[in-house]
Amino acid sequence: MAAADSWSWFPALALGVSLLKCLFINAYHSTDFEVHRNWLAITHSLPVSRWYHENSSAWTLDYPPLFAWLELGLARAAQHFDSNMLRVENLNYVSQNTLLFQRLSVVFTDLLFIYAARECCRCVQEPKGPRDVLSRPSFVLAVLLLWNFGLLIVDHIHFQYNGFMFGFLLLSVAKHLQHKHLQGALLFSVLLNLKHIYLYVAPAYGVYLLRSYCFTQDHSGGSVSWRSFRPLRLLALGSIVASVCALSFGPFIAMGQLPQVLSRLFPFKRGLCHAYWAPNAWALYNVLDKSLALLGVRLKLLEEAELPRASMTGGLVQEFQHSVLPSVTPSVTLVCTLLSILPALASIWRRPRGARGFLRCLLLCALGSFMFGWHVHEKAVLLAILPLSFLAVESREDAGIFLVLTTTGHYSLFPLLFTPAELPIKVFLMLMFTIYSFTALRKLHSGPVLRPLESAYLLGLGVVALACEAAFPLSPWRHKLPFLPLLATSVYCSVGVCYSFLRLYASLLRQEEKHKQL
Amino acid sequence: MHTCSLVSICVLLGLVVRWGVSLNSYSGAGKPPMFGDYEAQRHWQEVTYNLPPQEWYFNTTENDLNYWGLDYPPLTAYHSLICAYVANSINPEWVELHKSRGYESPMHKLFMRATVLVADLMIFIPAVVLYCLYLTDGSSKKKVSTLFCFLLYPGLILIDYGHFQYNGVSLGFTLWGVLALGLGWDALGSVAFCLALNYKQMELYHALPFFCYLLGKSVKLGLMGLFLLMRIASTVLVTFALCWLPFLSGSGYAMQVVRRIFPVARGLFEVQCLTSSLSFLWCA
Repeated sequence: MAAADSWSWFPALALGVSLLKCLFINAYHSTDFEVHRNWLAITHSLPVSRWYHENSSAWTLDYPPLFAWLELGLARAAQHFDSNMLRVENLNYVSQNTLLFQRLSVVFTDLLFIYAARECCRCVQEPKGPRDVLSRPSFVLAVLLLWNFGLLIVDHIHFQYNGFMFGFLLLSVAKHLQHKHLQGALLFSVLLNLKHIYLYVAPAYGVYLLRSYCFTQDHSGGSVSWRSFRPLRLLALGSIVASVCALSFGPFIAMGQLPQVLSRLFPFKRGLCHAYWAPNAWALYNVLDKSLALLGVRLKLLEEAELPRASMTGGLVQEFQHSVLPSVTPSVTLVCTLLSILPALASIWRRPRGARGFLRCLLLCALGSFMFGWHVHEKAVLLAILPLSFLAVESREDAGIFLVLTTTGHYSLFPLLFTPAELPIKVFLMLMFTIYSFTALRKLHSGPVLRPLESAYLLGLGVVALACEAAFPLSPWRHKLPFLPLLATSVYCSVGVCYSFLRLYASLLRQEEKHKQL
Repeated sequence: MHTCSLVSICVLLGLVVRWGVSLNSYSGAGKPPMFGDYEAQRHWQEVTYNLPPQEWYFNTTENDLNYWGLDYPPLTAYHSLICAYVANSINPEWVELHKSRGYESPMHKLFMRATVLVADLMIFIPAVVLYCLYLTDGSSKKKVSTLFCFLLYPGLILIDYGHFQYNGVSLGFTLWGVLALGLGWDALGSVAFCLALNYKQMELYHALPFFCYLLGKSVKLGLMGLFLLMRIASTVLVTFALCWLPFLSGSGYAMQVVRRIFPVARGLFEVQCLTSSLSFLWCA
């Protein structure tokens, strides 16, 4: 048997999943492939001053400048594969070498994610006593992170660089767990300048670092000791964030292009929901609105002609208004999001519970923003799933919430791969990940992890999956109601995601209650 | 972790890897006029669907043996026939006599790849799982590791899911034969191996061990062994007879099939024969 601290299984897991990723090189890829090819072309062929103005393609640069610099670096390597992909006018250019380069770049940048996963596994609390490798929390976490279904299909089939970004996030979390707060702050600042969607979790960082790093002592009851404020630490944090942002945005501020860059980063013209509704609170709101409208028409309380033409189908983003319930504006979503994360932030201010409390708060910020945000994409659920994996291997309650959120969240990603050739891959991979997560967590926590109601819900998810993927395409309704599977998936998954959100909050508040009683 | 879940995970990983390889190109893709093994299999579906069994192995106006003529034993032909029925129900153009030559399309590729996967799922993979669980020694962890390696063997995956062949079927049947013999079910084992032999004549490479084992076992048992031998002989004869039934009606049919599956007239080193047997050796 291997020695207790031998980590030889980690490279095997990492290598195995990397080789699997290479098998998907010729699989379907979405328009995101062209998006990134276009950005390679823009950053390589045009001067910096044109990067955020270039719009000959519909896929304009809408990530922060550090990501643009990353694309420039990738473009340097790309010219050895096929220099034609770097020409801005070559829209939708997909040669075999372009495909190979782009796919391999995602596999390569995932190395950061692999390193971050390893750091996280190092921070996991291992129970005492000799244990077989397969039942160690660090091993289970490694599999849950490295072989995560959502990340595999979004990054390596649909095509994105989420693994690279999550690498920064997980590494930052790992640094906080190791009490290296400045490094964690640096990594997060870099991440913010790579993809601004992580602003969702910035409040958690802000409150935690202020409370636990800038104030060095607590009173005996756990409340903050105002006298222990260290202005130097705040200055250090501030300068780290400022310098990273300066490095990233500096050239554009110097050229007076900041408003243009910001308008690209925050395009609020898009609708409340994506064409396929992410399984959040607004999906339930939409369905409620539609049902009330239909009911109103049936009961003759509303005129059908008065209702706005709401379109639920369509491939590109659409605006639509609600018929019965009040319409939702971006500011409403912002208020709702802030209200949903405020209790979590207040909780870690009043009673910081170390880095794990911070992680829980980060999770709630991510999930709160997913639930109430404007124009949320279903891929954003990964922002909650990956950090929750860490908590799941340490606590039975979190493991239960993890199973519900992950299975639902992963299933909600199914519509991303709608081609028939990819159907077996998504089904087999999903089954693999689901079977592993259920059995490994059950073994880890020595007993059943799910409540009966939760098990019933997840079985129902299987029924919905069969209905949408197998039964519906063969049924007579597929022409009359083509959006029905998407609607069903979205609504059913919303229930699961909302439930997970509420349970996570309940566990946070319950921990606070327990603390108060001590 | 439960052996059951570990086995499921291994099987699912094996299936993902197989399908991942399927996404790539197949033998002879986009290379008229002859294309490759993929077109050969499609052509056999065309021939078996549209023509009566007595004409499958003969050179007629409807069946040009120079264009991928059937040169595997009858069970391959029956398998092609079943696939052809499914193909015809999805899109008749795939198996239209003469007109479907060189037919290539993404949906057709999906269908053909799916037939390989289904055949594997029904025959090869269950045999491998049962073999690793019941006929290998060691702890359950060792058995699962064996299963893992077995299912991820690249040679078979690349040839069946890349190049395009159905070696999983014949190897699967052979493995069922080994499994049955290992569990002491000699007659069933013989049936399974006969099916393998009637699927691909290259299983003859494995025939001697089966023959010697069964003969040796029979000799050792004395009088009971004689009964065993007779039982095995009769099951072999019945299996062969059932497989060759359509070809036993008239004169010369069976001989023609034998001539097609053992093309000594073509010379021992004809390229296709060589590559097929090499690939088979690799998998065996």
